[in-house]
Amino acid sequence: MKTYFLKRILSLIPVLFVVSIVIFLIIHITPGDPAAMLLGEEATDEDIHQLRVQMGLDEPLVVQYFHWITEAVQGDLGTSYFMKEPVMVSILSHLAPTISVAIMAGIISLLISIPIGILAATKRGTNTDRTVMGFSLIGMSVPSFLLGLFLILLFGVKLQWLPVAGYRPITAGLFEHIKYLILPSIALGSMHAALIARMTRSSLLEVLNMNYIKTARSKGVGEFLLIMRHTLRNAFLPILTVIGQTFGSLIAGAVVTETIFNIPGIGQLIINSVERRDYAVIQGVVLFVTFTYVLINLLVDLLYGVVDPRVRLSKK
Amino acid sequence: MNPEKLLEVKRLRTHFKTETGRVTAVDDVSFHVNKGEILGIVGESGCGKSVTSQSILRLFDEKYLVKYEGEIIFKNEIDLLKLSKAQMRQARGNEISMIFQDPLSSLNPVLTIGFQIAEAIMLHENTSKEEAMAQAVEMLRLTGIPSPEKRVHDYPHQLSGGMRQRVMIAMSLACKPRLLIADEPTTALDVTIQSQILDLIEDINKRFDMGVIFITHDLGVVAELCDRVVVMYLGQIVEEADIYNLFENPKHPYTKGLIQSIPHMDGDREEELHVIAGTVPSLENVPVGCRFAPRCQFADEQCNSQAPELRGIGDGQKVRCWHAEQIAERKEEVYATS
Repeated sequence: MKTYFLKRILSLIPVLFVVSIVIFLIIHITPGDPAAMLLGEEATDEDIHQLRVQMGLDEPLVVQYFHWITEAVQGDLGTSYFMKEPVMVSILSHLAPTISVAIMAGIISLLISIPIGILAATKRGTNTDRTVMGFSLIGMSVPSFLLGLFLILLFGVKLQWLPVAGYRPITAGLFEHIKYLILPSIALGSMHAALIARMTRSSLLEVLNMNYIKTARSKGVGEFLLIMRHTLRNAFLPILTVIGQTFGSLIAGAVVTETIFNIPGIGQLIINSVERRDYAVIQGVVLFVTFTYVLINLLVDLLYGVVDPRVRLSKK
Repeated sequence: MNPEKLLEVKRLRTHFKTETGRVTAVDDVSFHVNKGEILGIVGESGCGKSVTSQSILRLFDEKYLVKYEGEIIFKNEIDLLKLSKAQMRQARGNEISMIFQDPLSSLNPVLTIGFQIAEAIMLHENTSKEEAMAQAVEMLRLTGIPSPEKRVHDYPHQLSGGMRQRVMIAMSLACKPRLLIADEPTTALDVTIQSQILDLIEDINKRFDMGVIFITHDLGVVAELCDRVVVMYLGQIVEEADIYNLFENPKHPYTKGLIQSIPHMDGDREEELHVIAGTVPSLENVPVGCRFAPRCQFADEQCNSQAPELRGIGDGQKVRCWHAEQIAERKEEVYATS
């Protein structure tokens, strides 16, 4: 188990390395100059050039990358040009809202998707099934920014049940905190809910065809226990995979949602940084998001063993 | 003295709804099992053996998939087909239980074998989990699993094929059912393990005076184990006989063919195996007359146009054939080698 864990952690390194090169290249190839941005429109070419030299932007890309990556592996992601603070500090200060939304969206989507997936599977072929699957198709097709706007219009503007946008930290009270999270979480989580519901349904249907389900029926297990005890756990591996992937992309997906709902999270940090060509922050955030994504998937892999004893053993 | 009937299946029909229409997989099947008797159901793949056995426990989805007709009388009083869902659930695993062909896929991979046995007990008896687990250990011991105290915590994949089938048997016996339905329980096992499992089933049958329906396509197994045999072909019973008459005095050409296709140990190795020509037709394409006629070398005009009924011919033997008497006379081998 330990060696497995170690192996997985080590396999993170090449992934992060490749990502770091790609993101570095993309940023530096796209037009725009942080020095020009910093100095504003009235700056002379001379000034800009001087600042570029000062920031090290005049050096060859390879050298720049080498500087950055050697510091990054030591935990120093550099300093933001604009905010004049270490990138790690900016990330941490923007992390809480993003994680709040991601967790809330995760909870909402799981609470909706798994029960309706089970419902659709047990009532397969009926109108209930068709309705549920129809809604999930809509859920998957409607982009989150559009859904977000509709939600704001309906619940924020028309009904005025929930705040239109913004964010309150948990220190402002749990209720207040959650009130601001509901709409962005639904907007962000609906697509995942639809995906997980479909996965739950198809995975359950597959397991329901297994021989051991027949065995369970033949010893008198009722429909409820049949699903809960005999089917769900067996069906859970593929569901878990989708949950892991979606939770990872909840953080990435926050970029759009946070812009619409004006939430000061990682998403907004990266958008602002792109506009300002704040290279260090962009690189730092992307690396950070990649790291979390891979970490969540590692966590999911470890959970496989908890769900399925066969996986547990083969890894010893 | 007439033996007491444990289960009587009367004119059972099992229809399946399919995309192309209704298919009758079991068509007018009647037979009975006495208390403490081992009844064999024999036939090729697709002849309706398994469907018959699963119809007895009503394991198919009645809402969307199947429709049953007929009666299944248990212990001379209850018609299983008339029971409510909850009543049927109470009977399953408690009064009638079942074991299946492939023990690995028939055991839930994520639950310990101890729990799977204990679950059957907890569903039907008012016991705590600890008591049920203790009983599970006893059941494992009874079915001959070594050091059962340790094995209860194992998962199915940690056991060998034979052990898994013992677990299945332990599970099906956990509530001391009156009838055990064994659907090809030895087909997926090695020959040595196979005979151990057969011994175990026979032992249990004697010890608990339990009725057994043993489904197989292996006539060798039938000869070893069964008291009486029902031969099925394409969803119908074609012959019913006690074990002696079946082998010594088979009446139906299909039965004869099956018996002749058993390889003999003392035979000449140059001699080719007997086969019954052709294959079982599909259920969507059932012959008009006798269902076996297209593969039968004795088939005549009558066979091709009129379907024979299952009729008694004395000594408890029944046959579904127009020419059973004449064919039975012929001692020579009915099928040419191919």
